[in-house]
Amino acid sequence: MDKAQLAVIGGGPGGYVAAFKAADLGLDVALIDPEAHPGGVCLYRGCIPSKSLLHISKLLYEAKEAEHWGIQFAEPEIDLDKLRSWKDEVVAKMTQGLGQLVRARKLTYVQGRARFVDPHTLQIDQADGRQGSLQFEHAILATGSRPAVPALFDQPSDRIMDSTGAVALHDIPPSMLVVGGGIIGMELGQVYAALGTQVSVVEMLPGLIPPADRDLVKPLHNTAAERFDEIMLNTQVTALAETDDGLAVQLQNSDGQSFSKTYAKILLAVGRVPNSEDLGLEHTVVGLDGRGYVQVDDQLRTAEPSIFAIGDLVGAALAHTAAHQGSLAAEVVAGHEKQVFAPHAIPNVVYTDPEIAWCGLTEEEAKEQDRSVEVVRFPWSASGRASTQGANDGLTKLLIDPQTDRILGVGIAGSGAGELIAEGVLAVEMAALAADIQHSIHPHPTLSETLMEAAESHYGQSTHLYAPKRR
Amino acid sequence: MSLNHIMPVKFALPDLGENIESGDVIRILVAVGDRLAEDQTVIELETDKAVIEVPSSVDGTVTEILVQQGDTIAVGQPILEVEAGEAPAVEETPPAVEEAPPAPVPAEEPAPTPIPPASVVEEAPSVPTPISTDGPVPAAPSTRRLAREIGVDIAQVQGTGPGGRISIDDVKAHSKKLHAARGAAPAVAVPLPDFSQWGAVERQPMTKVREITAERLAQAWATIPQVTQFDKADITSLEKWRAEYGKKAETAGGKLTPTAILIKVLGIALKVFPQFNASIDIAQREVVYKRYFHIGIAVDTPHGLLVPVVRDVDQKNIIELAVELSALAQKTRERKIGPADMQGGSMTISNVGTMGGTAFTPIVNLPEVAILGVARSQVEPAYIDGQFQPRTFLPLSLSYDHRLIDGADGARFLRWVCTALEDPFIALLEG
Repeated sequence: MDKAQLAVIGGGPGGYVAAFKAADLGLDVALIDPEAHPGGVCLYRGCIPSKSLLHISKLLYEAKEAEHWGIQFAEPEIDLDKLRSWKDEVVAKMTQGLGQLVRARKLTYVQGRARFVDPHTLQIDQADGRQGSLQFEHAILATGSRPAVPALFDQPSDRIMDSTGAVALHDIPPSMLVVGGGIIGMELGQVYAALGTQVSVVEMLPGLIPPADRDLVKPLHNTAAERFDEIMLNTQVTALAETDDGLAVQLQNSDGQSFSKTYAKILLAVGRVPNSEDLGLEHTVVGLDGRGYVQVDDQLRTAEPSIFAIGDLVGAALAHTAAHQGSLAAEVVAGHEKQVFAPHAIPNVVYTDPEIAWCGLTEEEAKEQDRSVEVVRFPWSASGRASTQGANDGLTKLLIDPQTDRILGVGIAGSGAGELIAEGVLAVEMAALAADIQHSIHPHPTLSETLMEAAESHYGQSTHLYAPKRR
Repeated sequence: MSLNHIMPVKFALPDLGENIESGDVIRILVAVGDRLAEDQTVIELETDKAVIEVPSSVDGTVTEILVQQGDTIAVGQPILEVEAGEAPAVEETPPAVEEAPPAPVPAEEPAPTPIPPASVVEEAPSVPTPISTDGPVPAAPSTRRLAREIGVDIAQVQGTGPGGRISIDDVKAHSKKLHAARGAAPAVAVPLPDFSQWGAVERQPMTKVREITAERLAQAWATIPQVTQFDKADITSLEKWRAEYGKKAETAGGKLTPTAILIKVLGIALKVFPQFNASIDIAQREVVYKRYFHIGIAVDTPHGLLVPVVRDVDQKNIIELAVELSALAQKTRERKIGPADMQGGSMTISNVGTMGGTAFTPIVNLPEVAILGVARSQVEPAYIDGQFQPRTFLPLSLSYDHRLIDGADGARFLRWVCTALEDPFIALLEG
């Protein structure tokens, strides 16, 4: 039987980071994943392919926008096969790169599916058909999640796809209903809209991107309202039938009104569920909560002393969170037994056009916690850089502790928000005060100045925004 | 005259305790030509436990720096060379002042600059009162990590930065305060006269082991009403048996010492007398009875007295115990054991037989309740069957916590041990 000090099950951004970190800390590590290389959903079917497609989508819209600035392009011709293979190349390049890093670190990479036989042994159905087994001192479970499929949509139809099907880019359907106005639905909805599909979106809740503050969602909502056929909020799908022309969908809004529409395709984006089944957890004392997430403590330890769990499996839902959890779990396994996973700011990014990003405290959370915060907003209409790229609908805001001036949360809507939020994360984690941002020189002209000017306005007026005195 | 006057002086990495043997130099805080004061931080050393600021134990002018950033250096390795001599005002002062005792430097302390005396510690810190916010603790990730690493609850740390932000220095200052508070009691010592009035003296800092030994024994002495009882075991036949089977143990890689046999006998005695395998929880008004049988062995090492623990002696035979004991003693002398190896004992054996003595009064090793002292065996005349016969006797001294163990129990326990050494069948029968 093979042996390893650490077995990492699942090679996504949580698992491979854990495995690499543990190897770098001197442990003898085995990484097990069904794919030929590490990468997981993020690289193969998630973040990376969808961001490649979103890049194209933005390009298409900017080309169209350019007509307002005196540049007229012809209608784009889309070579879907070529687009698909470019996206696949991006994915292949990155996953193969990870494969090289596996070899460079001399990890044992096992292509297969692992199942616990007992708290120190895995049985592995290898991709080459062989049965392997591995004895380990510790294991980190990082098997991730998969798209949720409510019973109504659980039917064999080519017309219903999830995010995996959407990034596979089989065709450009004439019409599409995106079920779920969250991050994944809005991102992929925009991709298909850019490629020429008539996109509609249906969301059960009263707004798009439910966890974000409403003021940050507004620019996206406005853009989506222009590019999409319809945005149906407070609305649910109640029935579904496949006809010759497509899918006949019965919808019902919160007023109880029902109506029906037909779409060529449905993109299901109503969340993800953890891959906690078929792991042989019954041979361990690893505990699951009611929704199937593995229960862990702040060191990512499960109830079974030899087993840790990270990432989507424990509800992280973000690749970067999974990666940090993986790194921490590896450190704990390697003997750094006092460290815990306790970030103050986890960035959330919606890679739509315009982007939305936030970290730390949101206004909604402050309201729920009955916590007094001062909110300063800097609209991008006052940003020179935003004007140069037609991004004046953006917004930067800071949530500030009124007693200490400490930055508690940052929210950004607009082009490049995902890049800009990193400064916000650093500010929250470092317990920076608004004055720290105000007095740090930001390059001009950039969108990052909006953070500086927002901070400045906390202490009175900012240079490019004059508001009548508030207090 | 202090050693500092001999010049030039090499300053080597001192014993940092906690089994720290080496570390990586992450920062050098002095330069050639710098005037170095005693206790001034010289380097920052990263060990597997924490980042430690290493204070100088010498003063003078730095003439050479013998390490580089990134070097891994071991305890005892020279760090820099100092020339004491260009005597500034300080050097002119009388020796009594010159030799002011260096404050104790706890090794687990991340910033072992001198701990202020207790009275200073009690003073209200001259920082703005913390601004209480219910948000996340205002400290950077690196600061939070350090606090966890050295066991400081960051929520308790007073931040001195803008908006109450907690810096790494704040965490270290807090840790120092905790240590000072913890160490305050034994530090209140009898005032000492100026010994130099009677002749030359030399002051040396206590080693970490000495410091802990002093603290713990004082604690045990102050806490436990101890009684010591003496008895002798006739080990004449045991000695024959030991000579006969000694080879067997040697083949297995151990030495069949009286201590190895005593470990086994004591393990069984603890089964027969469970109140000796106990601890007193005075706060809870409870007695903790242990269901395990671990025996601590006092080992004399060049670093001081250390007490490693042999585990589960009831599950091991004497040969196995002899082998384990030999290895453990070796490891202990080489200082390759960790704090965990010295914890969790049921009872301790202190054998000074190789050094001599007829009897002594060992001090109970808190939180245990009894300790067995072993002195040197001697051949004495014993009146047996109407005549004197030469017999070998082993003098045993049992000290115990009189709060838990009554005198009669103490006598019974010690007699049982003697009888078991005289006739091991007793042990088999009752254990």
